[in-house]
Amino acid sequence: MRILIIEDDKEAASYLVKAFRETGHVADHAADGLDGYAMAEAGDYDVLVVDRMLPKLDGLSLIRSLREQKVETPVLILSALGQVDDRVKGLRAGGDDYLPKPYAFSELLARVEVLSRRRSSAPSAEPTVYRVADLELDRLSHRVTRSGQEILLQPREFRLLEYLMKNANQVVTRTMLLEHVWDYHFDPQTNVIDVHVSRLRSKIDKGFDKPLIHTIRGAGYMVRVGSMEDEE
Amino acid sequence: MTGLGKLFRTTAFKLSFAYLVVFTLFAFVTLGYVAWSAQKLLTDQFVSTIESEINGLAQQYRNGGLRRLVNVVERRSRTPGASLYLVTTNVGERVVGNVGALPPGVIDRVGQFETFYNRTDETDTKPNVALVRVYLLPGGFRLLVGRDIEERIRLRDVIHKAIGYSLLFIGVLGCLGSWFIARRVLKRVDDMTDITRDIMAGDLDGRLKVAGTGDELDRLAQNLNDMLDRIGELMRGMREVSDNIAHDLKTPLTRLRNKADEALRTAKTQDELKAALEATIEESDNLIRIFNALLMIARLEAGNAREALAGFDAAEAVRDVAELYEAVAEEVGVTLDVAVESGLPIHGSRELLGQAMANLLDNALKYGAAPDGSAQTIAVSAQRIGQEVRIAVADRGPGIPEEERSHVLERFVRLETARSRPGFGLGLSLAAAVARLHEGRLVLEDNAPGLRVVLFLPLKEAPAPQAALPSAA
Repeated sequence: MRILIIEDDKEAASYLVKAFRETGHVADHAADGLDGYAMAEAGDYDVLVVDRMLPKLDGLSLIRSLREQKVETPVLILSALGQVDDRVKGLRAGGDDYLPKPYAFSELLARVEVLSRRRSSAPSAEPTVYRVADLELDRLSHRVTRSGQEILLQPREFRLLEYLMKNANQVVTRTMLLEHVWDYHFDPQTNVIDVHVSRLRSKIDKGFDKPLIHTIRGAGYMVRVGSMEDEE
Repeated sequence: MTGLGKLFRTTAFKLSFAYLVVFTLFAFVTLGYVAWSAQKLLTDQFVSTIESEINGLAQQYRNGGLRRLVNVVERRSRTPGASLYLVTTNVGERVVGNVGALPPGVIDRVGQFETFYNRTDETDTKPNVALVRVYLLPGGFRLLVGRDIEERIRLRDVIHKAIGYSLLFIGVLGCLGSWFIARRVLKRVDDMTDITRDIMAGDLDGRLKVAGTGDELDRLAQNLNDMLDRIGELMRGMREVSDNIAHDLKTPLTRLRNKADEALRTAKTQDELKAALEATIEESDNLIRIFNALLMIARLEAGNAREALAGFDAAEAVRDVAELYEAVAEEVGVTLDVAVESGLPIHGSRELLGQAMANLLDNALKYGAAPDGSAQTIAVSAQRIGQEVRIAVADRGPGIPEEERSHVLERFVRLETARSRPGFGLGLSLAAAVARLHEGRLVLEDNAPGLRVVLFLPLKEAPAPQAALPSAA
């Protein structure tokens, strides 16, 4: 995955570049809004990570200009202004996701990966049925089956599983789940999300050989076939 | 700028000067009118005196002929302060009268006019001015009667002089007055400027002098002083908060530092180092959480989030958060008893209300355990009471003693009994700040036993579009 980081803080930028490279991605860096704009327009990036406060051209204007130029690369906005209205402004400017500083890298990585995947699959081509191994989720009839056996889920559990399966084989963090399933953006301080996931897990995985919902330590959850080395 | 230049530029001076000009003009017009009236009055009097004398003398002439006229004129001429008389023949030869030299041709001009003359009984050769009237008597004789108008001219001169002096006097006094007033005002404004400059330079205890006259400068000074008091109060509050923050962040930061230090000294294996690093990251995350919570409270209190407010259904938000916490409550053996009236439109932020509710439920789960360990219930309710929405989270725990209730709403305050549990003492502060942002309030009540936290938010019947979210089952 090719990632462009547009961030004026040198230390933060080099930390991000290094961390992305360590996780097997290609990461470039632009130190101000104009450079960032030029690189984003010219280069073929999968995701842009854009700081809101940038010299020469601020983050939101940069995104707006890119969108006007029909550059549809997904954008994740990083901002020290973690307020409700800031998020709204960021998304309205054409950003695809918003992460307030400070953040954990695992959170950023998970979000960037989900964004890049969203790009490679056209939104209209979103399947009506998600399949992971023998687990099936029908988005239209709201039916979930595993090995042909119907599993009854509460509406919220259904949305939880839907989001996990939509992003199968990718890490989904707790805040991402809170955002997409409950539509809240605060930091779930207690283990509220974990309990919901473990309830879902008991319905999906209990009685089957291969668990599908995996806990990724220090990051979040993932739906995938096969075991994970760093699973708890 | 020179002192004088500064003086001329003051509003007080300009105003005084404008008044001075207007007043001077007014005085000039008034005095001028008085002078003109006095002159006119005098002239009218002269004219009527001359008129009646001529009529009288003409009568004498008609009754007694020239002899009679001469006698009368001679007699009258001798009385003190007499008018001027002259009787001549038709060719201008003098017959009788107290008028000596006249400019040539005067006696031939019938009618009323002003002319120079000399009296016969005066040796003074300087001619005087008189208002005269020449009357043609039957038989060709001419009769001249007149009044000396030197008096009138003197009066005019006196009045003119008076006007001049008055104007000069007004001008000088006015200028002095303007200068004095401007100086006085300027001095007070200069004092204010000096004091405010001192305050800007850091002397925050400085206050403007209030003269006690109750004028507009006093009111201004009083208002500025009140403003400075208010700013001082806010600054003290800020300092208190930042002191608190510094103090409360010091503890976890020290712990963080010590842990890292200890690991560096004592850890022998890679795994031990890794564990220490992980603990360090966790501790840092906690610090970040504290910072975020503090920032959020600060922003809410500054009212910055006001523009992000919109209409939404509080009932739905409360139900959503309750549903979010239901699972975790069940896990620890607590039943959430949710009683939410449907359709509670308010104007605010669903996100922030959600966060506040999450904090309250979090608190209830952490601290709301019954002392005897019996089956637990946390009651979540939301209903409409008059023009307000009342949202309550009630537990059956030890509660909060009444005298502590207002105290626990402050930042970083944690009760002794809570110190052993994780937390920062910011949850209630944030919920209270959210309530204030919504123009509502947060109240702590006795749930007998237990604590009941109640949010009162103003109901807003605006046609809030119902969110098309599937309701929590």
